[in-house]
Amino acid sequence: MNTTTQLLRFITAGSVDDGKSTLIGRLLHDSKSIFEDQFSAISKTSEKRGMGAVDLSLLTDGLQAEREQGITIDVAYRYFATPKRKFIIGDTPGHEQYTRNMVTAASTANLVVILIDARRGVLTQTRRHTYLASLVGVPHIVLAVNKMDMVDYSQARFDEIVAEYKAFAAQLNLHDVTCIPMSALVGDMVVDRGDNLAWYKGPALLELLEKVEIDHDVNTTDFRFPVQWVCRPQSEEHHDFRGFAGRIEAGEVSVGDEVTILPSGRSTKVKEIVTYDGKLQTAFAPQSVTITLADEIDISRGDMFVKASANPPKVEKAFEAMMCWLSEAPLDKNRKYLVKHTTRTAKCLFSSIDYRVDVNTLEKHANPAVNMNDIVRVSLKIQQPLVFDSYTTDRATGSFIVIDEATNNTVAAGMIA
Amino acid sequence: MSIHTLSHLDVLESESIHIMREVAAECKNPALLFSGGKDSIVMLRLAEKAFRPAKFPFPLVHIDTEHNFPEVIATRDKLAADLGERLIVRSLEGSIKRGTIVIKDESKPRNPFQSVTLLETIAEFGFDACMGGARRDEEKARAKERIFSFRDEFGQWDPKNQRPELWDTYNTRVHNGENIRVFPISNWTEMDIWQYIGREKLYIPSIYYAHEREVIRRNGMLVPISDLVQPKPGEKVEVVTVRFRTVGDVTCTAPVESNARTVDEIIEETASTRITERGATRMDDQTSDASMELRKKEGYF
Repeated sequence: MNTTTQLLRFITAGSVDDGKSTLIGRLLHDSKSIFEDQFSAISKTSEKRGMGAVDLSLLTDGLQAEREQGITIDVAYRYFATPKRKFIIGDTPGHEQYTRNMVTAASTANLVVILIDARRGVLTQTRRHTYLASLVGVPHIVLAVNKMDMVDYSQARFDEIVAEYKAFAAQLNLHDVTCIPMSALVGDMVVDRGDNLAWYKGPALLELLEKVEIDHDVNTTDFRFPVQWVCRPQSEEHHDFRGFAGRIEAGEVSVGDEVTILPSGRSTKVKEIVTYDGKLQTAFAPQSVTITLADEIDISRGDMFVKASANPPKVEKAFEAMMCWLSEAPLDKNRKYLVKHTTRTAKCLFSSIDYRVDVNTLEKHANPAVNMNDIVRVSLKIQQPLVFDSYTTDRATGSFIVIDEATNNTVAAGMIA
Repeated sequence: MSIHTLSHLDVLESESIHIMREVAAECKNPALLFSGGKDSIVMLRLAEKAFRPAKFPFPLVHIDTEHNFPEVIATRDKLAADLGERLIVRSLEGSIKRGTIVIKDESKPRNPFQSVTLLETIAEFGFDACMGGARRDEEKARAKERIFSFRDEFGQWDPKNQRPELWDTYNTRVHNGENIRVFPISNWTEMDIWQYIGREKLYIPSIYYAHEREVIRRNGMLVPISDLVQPKPGEKVEVVTVRFRTVGDVTCTAPVESNARTVDEIIEETASTRITERGATRMDDQTSDASMELRKKEGYF
C-alpha cells in the first residue's frame, strides 16, 4: 500500500432484511479486511446461536447494550482499505430513529449505498433513503439490488426495478446514480463478480467504490476560509507574527491573491500561506493552513476570507433552510436557540416553520409541530450576520447545527436553501 | 482552475488539525493526554502542525499508572522537553495515598484505576476538554463514540445518549463540572498511524521495534517478564524476538513475535497481519466481550 491513496467515506442504507449487515460483512470478508480474532469471535457466536454457516452480519454487532436489546444504536464507523483506496463506512441501523441517524452519517459521506431486496423492489423506505440522501447532498448514489439469487438472477426483474427507481430519482435531481445487481449472501458483484450475473456489464460494488471520481465532491471554485484560530506567538523570534488559522472549506488561494474579509467587507492581499512543513504558494480545500495578510486588519474567529467569484456568499441575519430535528424535545417556537455555522455561534429564533416533508410520500404538511426525525422547512433570524452559501453550492458553508442552550444538546441539523 | 487531490494521510491530518483548533478556540481549559505511546506521539505532531509557530494553547497531561515500560516514560519526558511544552504528570500513587484507589494485587493491571486519577486530575485543574489519541478501529465501543464525546460530572459515557455529530460542525459546549473527551484521530487506523510515523520520521520508543525479550507464554499470548510479572511454577521463560503493537500497563500488554526493525518493515507487517491490534496485545480487553464499553461508562478514555 502506498501513502497517496484517496479516502472515500460512504454509508449503507437499508434494513437488516435487505441484507445490509451481510453486505458489509461480505465487503470486509472478501476484501480480506476481517482479522482472524474477529472472525473467530463471530464463528463462536454463530455456533452458539445454532447457525450452520458463519453469520457475517455479526461483524457489525456492537455494544453490550445493543446485544441485550437486539438493536443497533446510532452510527458505527468501520474502516477498510484496498490497494486503491481507503474507506470509512458509516453504518446506520434501520429502525425507527432512522432519519436522524442517516442524516448524521450522510453528512460527511461521498457516497450512499441504498439496499433493496430484489423480490420486494422499490419500497417506501427506498424512497425515504433516497430522499434523505438527496436532502443531505450525498454526491454519489448506488442502488444495490440485493438477493438476486432469490429471483433467479433475472435481468428482466433487475431492469424493471432500475426503471422504477430512476424515474423516482430524477424527480429529486439526483445525477450520479449507479444500479448494481448483487447477492451479498452468495458473494456476486460485491467484491468478486461471481458466475451468476454474466449479463451485467457494469462495475461490481467494490470496483465502483475504488473508481468513483470524488475530486469534485468539494466546491473547487469559490474560495471560503472560516477563521478558526488567531495564531499570535508573541515570542521573541516571531514577535510580529499574526496568522489566521483555519481549514479551506472550498476553492483555493495563492500568495498575492486579493481576499475580502467578511462580514466587515475589508480587502487585502495574502502575504504568506504558512504550514509546519514550510510556506506554500497555493493551498486548497480541505487543507488546514495559516494565512498572513499584507495589511493589519482586525480579524477574529468566525470571520470568513473569500475571493471574488461568480457565486459570492450572502452576509445576512436571516435565511431559509431545510432542517432535520434531532432531539426528543420538540422545537419550541417561543425559545431562542444557538446556531453554530462554520466557526461562528450565534443566538437564533425560528421566525416561521413553513412545512414538514413526509419522508415516505414527499408530501408537504403546513404549520407542523416539529418532533424528532421531522424534516421541516424553516426561516431563521440570527442575532448577528452570518456568511453563508446555499447548501447545494457548498456543503461546509451551507450547513449548520442548532444547539439548545439549556441542555447544550445538538437538537437540529440544517441545510441553507 | 486546477484539480487538486490530497492523499488519505493529508485528509486525515487536516481533519485532526481542524479538530484540535476547534478545541483550542471553543474550550476554556483544554488538555492533551500524552503517554509517550505511538498514537499520542502522532497527536503531538498534529498539535505542532495546528499551532506552530506559537506554543500549544494547552498542557500535556499524563495519567501515570507506574506500570509503564521505562522506554515509554523516557520518550514522554524527552518529547515534552524537546518541544518545550508543559507536561503535567499525575500518578495513581497519589490516588492510592489519598485512599481513592485501593490496590489489592500489585501484579494486576492498573488500567481500570486510571479513570479515578484522570477524573481527579480533571477536577484539580478544572479541565473542560481532554484530547486523547483513541481510534475507532481499535475496538467496537470506540467505533460508536463521537469525536467530541460528552461526559457528565462522573466522567461517564452514555452510548445510548450521544450528541448527534454532523459534518465537521462540533458541539463543544458543556456546563460547569462536565467535560468532553475529544478524539482527533478517531478516523485513523493502525496502518495510517504507522504510515504517518514513517512520513513524519517521528521518534518513538524503541520497544515498538523488534528486539529480544524474556517472555512466558500464557493463554496464547507472550507475556513480558518484569518486576511485576514473574514466571509461575511450571512456566518456561524464553527469549523471543518481539515488538509491541501497543504499549500500556506492563502487566497486561503483550508483544508480538516480529523481526520488523524499521518503520517500513512494520508497515509491511501491519499490511499482512491477520490479528487486530488490541486482540493481539491487550489481555485486559479479553476478559469480556464488553470490557472497553464498561470501562468507558466508568470514565475511561
